[in-house]
Amino acid sequence: MNMSKGIDPRGPRVGASITAVLLAAVVLLGASTAGLWLLTFIMLSFLLGTLRGSEGSWQGLLFKKFIRPRLGPPAEMEDRRPPRFAQAVGLFVTAVGVILGFFGVLPAVPIAAAVAFVAAALNAVIGLCLGCELYLLMRRTGLVRA
Amino acid sequence: MLGQVIALVVLVLGTAALGVWWSARQGAVRAPRETPAGIDWVGSGVALADRVTFVQFSAEVCAACRSTSRVLGGLTGSSADVGHRELLVDDHLDLVRALGVLRTPTVLVVDGGGREVARMSGVVSDTQARQALNRVPTAVAEADGEGQS
Repeated sequence: MNMSKGIDPRGPRVGASITAVLLAAVVLLGASTAGLWLLTFIMLSFLLGTLRGSEGSWQGLLFKKFIRPRLGPPAEMEDRRPPRFAQAVGLFVTAVGVILGFFGVLPAVPIAAAVAFVAAALNAVIGLCLGCELYLLMRRTGLVRA
Repeated sequence: MLGQVIALVVLVLGTAALGVWWSARQGAVRAPRETPAGIDWVGSGVALADRVTFVQFSAEVCAACRSTSRVLGGLTGSSADVGHRELLVDDHLDLVRALGVLRTPTVLVVDGGGREVARMSGVVSDTQARQALNRVPTAVAEADGEGQS
């Protein structure tokens, strides 16, 4: 894998659509233990994507193994940092739901899943870029440092 | 279960509405914000072109900044009077605050005197960038004058 040339921009979007379906399932499961476990799994997936980059998550590997070989080359490659930032945002949102869930606040599970669903679905369908929308706000409020 | 199904339907419809609203705002040419008098562009390391400069605020984690940068860079190549300066928000947080910039990419269209005449945020298309250029009345008038002489 050649990191310097960037990643196929369709990879993170396919990954986001898989994640969005899973998050929708958490919303359907509601404030339940089953929903909590599924959200925990999604949170761990975001953790993998944050540590290894979107292309190193299991969704990214599925794209690379099964979908990419069936597609033509992308029009252009994309920097791997924006999708990785989005993975970190997903990790934060789902972690809040999971932690509250394990402390007995089960309604937080579908709510956190709903918030993450909005971002994942918009990323998958119209290419919403969380790094573009959130990074500067987080810098301005001091939530993240350079 | 019915409650959860309703919740999911509402969530999907809300997401779709948000997506339509977000897409419509991408790169739209808007009126300038009231900017504080006397932004020291040169002091901030921004050399202005004679007529109009696209001052673009970008971030490393911003995918849309790359394509916007290419579009604006292409426009400036065609005219020496049109400039494009790209600033990393991390290096210019004070400027970002003074100008009320909230997301990246945000592009300020600044005239030769340092005044903001329009701004755009989100992915900027070539058509939108040209629209923004037309907001600079002096540039248009001068260009016409030169054409006649």
